[in-house]
Amino acid sequence: MADNKDIWVFIEFKKNSIRGVSFEIIGKAKELAKKSNEKVCVVLLGSNVSKFCEDFSYHGIDRIYLCEDSILGEYLTETFSSILINLIKEYIPSILLFPATKLGRDLAPRIAAALETGLTADCIELDIQDGNLVQTRTVYGGNYLADIICPKNRPQMATVRPNVMERSEALEKNQPEIINVPIDIDPNQLKTKVTEKIETTVIDIKPIDEADVIVSGGRGIGSKENFKIIDELAGVLNAAVGASRAAVDAGWISKSCQVGQSGTVVCPNIYIACGISGTTQHLVGMKSSKKIIAINKDPNAPIFDVCDYGIVGDYKVIVPLLTEALKEKLSQD
Amino acid sequence: MRFIVCVKQVPESNDLKIDPNANRVLKKGVSTIINFFDQFVLEEASKIRKEGDEIIAISMGDSETKSTLMRCLALGADKAILLNDEKFLESDTFGTSNILAAALKKIGDYDIIFCGNSSLDTGSGQVGPEIAERLDLPQVTYTESIENVEIGKIKIKVQTDEGYSIIESELPLVIAGIPPSYYQPSIPPLPKIIAAQKKPFEVWNAEDIKGDKSKFGSAGSLIKIIKLYKPPKREQGIVITDEPKAAIEKLMELLNKDKVI
Ligand SMILES: Cc1cc2nc3c(=O)[nH]c(=O)nc-3n(C[C@H](O)[C@H](O)[C@H](O)COP(=O)(O)OP(=O)(O)OC[C@H]3O[C@@H](n4cnc5c(N)ncnc54)[C@H](O)[C@@H]3O)c2cc1C
Repeated sequence: MADNKDIWVFIEFKKNSIRGVSFEIIGKAKELAKKSNEKVCVVLLGSNVSKFCEDFSYHGIDRIYLCEDSILGEYLTETFSSILINLIKEYIPSILLFPATKLGRDLAPRIAAALETGLTADCIELDIQDGNLVQTRTVYGGNYLADIICPKNRPQMATVRPNVMERSEALEKNQPEIINVPIDIDPNQLKTKVTEKIETTVIDIKPIDEADVIVSGGRGIGSKENFKIIDELAGVLNAAVGASRAAVDAGWISKSCQVGQSGTVVCPNIYIACGISGTTQHLVGMKSSKKIIAINKDPNAPIFDVCDYGIVGDYKVIVPLLTEALKEKLSQD
Repeated sequence: MRFIVCVKQVPESNDLKIDPNANRVLKKGVSTIINFFDQFVLEEASKIRKEGDEIIAISMGDSETKSTLMRCLALGADKAILLNDEKFLESDTFGTSNILAAALKKIGDYDIIFCGNSSLDTGSGQVGPEIAERLDLPQVTYTESIENVEIGKIKIKVQTDEGYSIIESELPLVIAGIPPSYYQPSIPPLPKIIAAQKKPFEVWNAEDIKGDKSKFGSAGSLIKIIKLYKPPKREQGIVITDEPKAAIEKLMELLNKDKVI
């Protein structure tokens, strides 16, 4: 255990850019590294990722593990896990952090099992106490928080929720050491392959779990056409559009927009819920948003119990007025 | 083909009380159900089964977990296995995946091992990938449906951030599933519930499944909960009931004052 050192951050890429959550985790990793007097390293795996090394030289990062190969252009558990497992065994970090995204939640447990170490999913806070990484996550549908440690084994592994940690601020340029990681994968030996990709949501801006502002619609929206009213408000705020399951079920909006227990858990700065009642399954997915605004015609809707600001009324009237008011306000600023 | 479905029994509601003397919730007397995601994968398995195929439901849990396994039998499983032993108590995902992997090895000859993508109570979503690693199998998570399966090969539709992907994999493999939005869990009709009583049901303990006992239960757990507590309460919000125009004015004022926008 004494040999393990350094904090590693696994970097996720999205359509040829770095996912924002990566810099949030780096921000936290730097804070932890200061406490434990360790280095922060990032791990880059992909087909065309060496060009991103530059982006990491403004964040006080000491080392970049770089593995570049055309075979890594498409994420596959088997390729990514085999490279990472070998790399970790060779350089033995003390802490290993992944984003709690679909990719991170697929990859991290596979690696934890191979290394016979503990893993905490969906962390919302990390700290160092007595040499251990204290990992905080929500459990039981958000009713409780648990502080978790992995006292006996190393590395200590966690996946970290997007949008909950402060982004790393850019610093003066430094020159991180780059370690080129060899790759030894025979494409003919692979057991899985991605044969098709279907895009139902256009993510020009950000995936929903990384959006700063989300405007969500529920069953109360009433139809696919009416979602335009939601889109317009989202447009003004440069926000992502979300939905309750009822709206997804009705076919008004894509499943990848669903917020909640069987959708995505989000934590934006502002969450605007329109025509959403606020069932526990929905609340689990958005309760920790920094500010919640609810618009619902039913004054007894449970969404009003968790909101910071609520308006009782018909969203068809309220939302366009809000859109106008915000448009005016934002054009003044 | 042989399909094995790993199921977890979870509390029906997450409104649970804490045991003040230990960092865990009190589960005694709490009503339980099958984890929603697990029922979904069981129904997926039932959909793709053909004549001669077999579906085995397996669960690690206390003796009350039998009710969840009986439900699996009513929903289409042919056989159920309960993994029950004091040595299994207080397992974290490391322990759970070791116990399940040992039992799966004992069953053997599997083509697809199904897990839920997550569970409704503690929800780490780690058991599927951990089993896959221990059995050296490929894994596909966030599976929404199985498009096609033939000897040695499977085509799977998975949810991605942008929409969907189709993944092809060799068999055997581990699949972790998450339902599409239109999925409605079935309620088994009475004749199926009655027929379930006659289906084979086995209970296995730590001896039965062999494996490395030092990796089971609390002894083998790698993570430790040092504190379990209520999250800080949100401050009571302001709900505006004025006429629309006045309401918007008020809201904008508040948003300005609180520097939200
Ligand atoms: C295992 C499981 C998992 C689930 N996972 C999720 C999940 O991930 N995400 C999720 O969202 N749900 C989930 N659900 C479903 C959840 O229980 C609810 O069915 C769903 O969230 C309800 O969506 P809603 O609030 O849009 O609809 P409703 O509960 O029907 O509420 C509609 C609201 O709109 C209001 N309204 C109607 N018309 C107007 C109007 N003109 N102006 C203003 N307000 C109006 C009504 O007052 C009402 O409050 C899950 C359920 C189960 C069993």
